[in-house]
Amino acid sequence: MKFVLLLMGLLTSYSSMALPPLSFSQVAPGIYLHTSAHHWPDRDNHGEIANIGFIVGERCVAVIDSGGSPQQGVALRNTIKQVTAKPVCYVINTHVHPDHIYGNIAFKEPGVQFVGHHKLARAMATRGDHYLGRAAELLDIQVNQDNIIPPDIEVNDTMTLNLGNRELLLTAHPSTHTDNDLSVYDKATETIWLADLLFLEHIPVIDGSIKGWLGEMGRLEKNHYKLVVPGHGHLVKDWPASLQPQKAYLTGLATEVRAMIKQGKTLEQALNSVGLPAKKNWQLFEQFHRKNVTIAFAELEWED
Amino acid sequence: MQKTYNVIYLLALMILPATAAAEGDDITWNTVLKSQFFAGKNIEESNAVIELDAPYRAEDPAIVPVKVTSKFPQSKDKYIKKIWLFVDKNPFPFVGEFEFFPESGKADLALRVRVNTYSDIRAVAETNDGKFSMTKKFVKASGGCSAPIGADLDEAMKRLGKVKFRLDDGVQSGQPALTQLMISHPNLTGMQMDQMTRFIRKSHFIDQLKVTFNGKPVLNAKIDIAISADPNFRFYFVPEKAGELKAEFTDVSCESPTSRNVCSKGGSYSQSYTVSP
Repeated sequence: MKFVLLLMGLLTSYSSMALPPLSFSQVAPGIYLHTSAHHWPDRDNHGEIANIGFIVGERCVAVIDSGGSPQQGVALRNTIKQVTAKPVCYVINTHVHPDHIYGNIAFKEPGVQFVGHHKLARAMATRGDHYLGRAAELLDIQVNQDNIIPPDIEVNDTMTLNLGNRELLLTAHPSTHTDNDLSVYDKATETIWLADLLFLEHIPVIDGSIKGWLGEMGRLEKNHYKLVVPGHGHLVKDWPASLQPQKAYLTGLATEVRAMIKQGKTLEQALNSVGLPAKKNWQLFEQFHRKNVTIAFAELEWED
Repeated sequence: MQKTYNVIYLLALMILPATAAAEGDDITWNTVLKSQFFAGKNIEESNAVIELDAPYRAEDPAIVPVKVTSKFPQSKDKYIKKIWLFVDKNPFPFVGEFEFFPESGKADLALRVRVNTYSDIRAVAETNDGKFSMTKKFVKASGGCSAPIGADLDEAMKRLGKVKFRLDDGVQSGQPALTQLMISHPNLTGMQMDQMTRFIRKSHFIDQLKVTFNGKPVLNAKIDIAISADPNFRFYFVPEKAGELKAEFTDVSCESPTSRNVCSKGGSYSQSYTVSP
């Protein structure tokens, strides 16, 4: 027993150790991106699994997603200080998921405005308690309601933020990955930060609407972008080619689920058969595919 | 660094069995549920009356398909009167109380529930001889970005009260027919944060459901917030002849997510479906 206690002591001290500095690359002038490897959020990675970053203008800095833990938020803040003396003026949360917002508190100070989709505050209110309640157990991090910071600026449709001779065009999307996804377009470099509207390598996760997502991909696909930043996966330079695996997966899912609903099949039957060959194409398939089938089924059974 | 990770991995492996033993405890049942719902009753743990199906891992905690299968057909002499469902570790464990009749044909029930965390799901059946039996399944509700709420509540709200029946082709007169009842309703849990007063913290859910065929009862249910958004039920009824299958339900709004002391009545809804075997 003593032995076990000693081991647990070791683990605890490890988890409270300072984080290694975040790796960042400047993917375009003034755009800094930290790309994460694909993991299920757990006590080892503390939920630090999403791509996060910032954009520097002549006047100030906009953070795009603050990180998956308070510590990652601090690491991001420290990185920004090393890169530029300009202050952070905006923290843009692309959607409600914890891996994108738990670093918020590191930036909470006068002069910083939090920005999100007009449905973000509601999503934070309805999901916040549940996320917070399990964070200590699942992610080994200490968070409370102070870590969930609703937006000061809500985007209803589109909005332009000016960082000083640098304009960011924010778009509030209809229900897609979640019901509160916001993308950020940097006019100067023709870069769009799609966040979790785009997954590469990591299986796309539906937590909003498969129909909405398919529709939005159809619109985004027609646009020209030099660079596209996904929420999970590597930087994209060949838009829209890199969108195709996600589009194929979600299209296939919708087609198969619709067919099963038409045949009078049940959700349980769909869970055991739909989309399984896609497993070879995606990381974390086991963790998310059945959730995707469930959400798609529950949505599509009401479409007529 | 690699070495450190390896050591930690090994340590984690050594500690895991202790965590695994915590699966499926009876604490909530023994301390709360049994006395609250079955005071003075003798309940036998057995699979002889009903069996329970639930996924061991629930990837979407907002929609966990659960199925109760009865071990004998309903007859005037021997039938299941009631089935209760609980999710032990939910903030409000009571899922529903479902009343069946000899005319139900089979006391089978499939539905979708919310499971907040790792928990036993528990089904208790009462047969017409007054005996109780219980069966349970352990479910690991997924963490990560999942929440037991529902993905798109606005869509469910827009359709609120819409009802669909789905019957298998080839319904035969006098034989138990499987039917699916789908109700569009966000079934709000009321589990919202306190700090943001601009959001309604009340729950809003379907509390009573009554299904009849030609005026005779098929299924009566008292249900609660653990039922997933867009409630979905599969059950049996026996169409002796052509007739009308009818679902009537009401919803309610309660001040506290975990107490039913202060609630205000909502709407009443009704939908019929013509069955011709």
